[in-house]
Amino acid sequence: MIEATALTKRYGETTAVNELTFTARSGRVTGFLGPNGAGKSTTMRLILGLDTPDAGTVHIDGVAYRQLKDPLRTVGAMLDATWRHPGRGGRDHLRWLAATNGIPDKRVDEVLALVGLTSVGKTRVLQYSLGMQQRLGIAAAMLGDPRVLLFDEPVNGLDPEGMAWIRQLLNSLAAEGRTVFVSSHLLPEMAQTAQDLVVIGRGRLIYQGTMDDFVARTSEHGVRVRTPHADELRAALTGQAEFTEADGAFLVSGLDSDRIGRLAFDAGATLHELSPITGTLEQAYLDLTREAVEFPAAAMQSAVPSSEVAK
Amino acid sequence: MNLLAVERIKLFSTRSPWWCALITLALAIGFAAIIAGATPADSPLTMPATLYGGTKFGVAVIMVLAALAVTTEYRFNTIRTTFQAVPHRSPALIAKAVLVALVALVIGEIAAFGALGLGMLMRPNDGLGLHTTQDWLNVAGLGPVFAICAVLAVALGILVRHSAGAIALLLIYNLAVEDLVQLIPKIGAHIHQWLPFNVANKFLSGSPGAVDGPPSSDSPLSPGWALAYFAGVAIVFLLVALGVAKKRDA
Repeated sequence: MIEATALTKRYGETTAVNELTFTARSGRVTGFLGPNGAGKSTTMRLILGLDTPDAGTVHIDGVAYRQLKDPLRTVGAMLDATWRHPGRGGRDHLRWLAATNGIPDKRVDEVLALVGLTSVGKTRVLQYSLGMQQRLGIAAAMLGDPRVLLFDEPVNGLDPEGMAWIRQLLNSLAAEGRTVFVSSHLLPEMAQTAQDLVVIGRGRLIYQGTMDDFVARTSEHGVRVRTPHADELRAALTGQAEFTEADGAFLVSGLDSDRIGRLAFDAGATLHELSPITGTLEQAYLDLTREAVEFPAAAMQSAVPSSEVAK
Repeated sequence: MNLLAVERIKLFSTRSPWWCALITLALAIGFAAIIAGATPADSPLTMPATLYGGTKFGVAVIMVLAALAVTTEYRFNTIRTTFQAVPHRSPALIAKAVLVALVALVIGEIAAFGALGLGMLMRPNDGLGLHTTQDWLNVAGLGPVFAICAVLAVALGILVRHSAGAIALLLIYNLAVEDLVQLIPKIGAHIHQWLPFNVANKFLSGSPGAVDGPPSSDSPLSPGWALAYFAGVAIVFLLVALGVAKKRDA
């Protein structure tokens, strides 16, 4: 479990992370979502003790990262797949990392096999494709068989096959009872992977909860109904639910589709369409973070009228 | 011990340390050959002249090796991975300084004895050899000086973090600054007596007496104290670097 409490980090004038409080539970994949520049990577560095917070704390299973003995055995992380010496072989990269925490070379070969890089272990990393680098990063995170795993944008630049592989891996890691904390600025990817969500914007917490609640809370639900017998349906719905009419269709809220179908049947109204509208995740996310985008497109547009003024 | 093994794997699994080691040996032993060949037949080849390549240029390349051992870690961000694995940081950095110093020591000994051996082989009648304590200090002393230089370079690498910057500073300082300080009116000579590489030279060359080769040091310290002083300077630098690295965001 990862617990952050009122975590704050400033770089000069900018506050990258602002009183951020959240929890990532064990046995779940927690998606860490936010627009570019929202403070995701900074938060990850704070969790790992690489940066020192100006205020607040973050604990891993109740202990601050810097207090962990042989931390790789508790927390595995891939913050950036390019954090390695390009002239060193993949296996040697893992060997030195393993040796820091007294992890035997046997484990190095195990994780290489796990990510399918055994055959290129001796090849220098500069010859690795992006996907192979990503796999090596995941192998490094798995070295100490840790209870807690952090991945920063693990699918960035991967082909669909690679994405599917990572998604599957993250889910199986969580299924084994581990805490899996994955950042992304791509919501659809998260939707297929994460059960829990932490959404931040401009360093502040916007949402914490389950993925399902996130969608429910932030989207307008309703049922779209089309019928040739508008009068009958209108009479049946009045007093039962709120509804609006547009383009020859009813948009009903406050009743689910089962009940509406029943009402329509009892009223003798033939239905041509009865479809629940669920808000898309993308829409929910955009709604939430609209206020919190660091470099909003609107800001760029506002520069345009100045040329019109000149006309 | 784990961390020393870590640094050993890091250092020897990339190419640049091997190249630096080879270049150091080539400079030290190659210069010995050139000087032995160029010394006129009627004047004997001296010990300081034989070792000139190692003491003057070998030191510079060793410091490049040591600085790169740190700055490439910053360049490729493996320093972050290292700090992630060793959150207290200092143990990892001390292990690096120690390992690089040990490697420099070994290279220094091979360079010095290699240069001497070649000198003796090329000029068998010049009386070159390990006859006195001073001869031993001259030759075997190169290893410890290399080791201390390596620690200095590691410390500077931690502070500067950029390969080009660290190497430029080290080379300019080693090859020029200490000599230029002497040009400062009145106090220049006094400051020069206490500058680290000048003092290290005192340890290597001993009391004045050599006719040929590099000028001996004007440090007032005895050779033993000179080595201790040089080591002390390196350790102070390293401690400052450790303090900075511990506080700095990685």
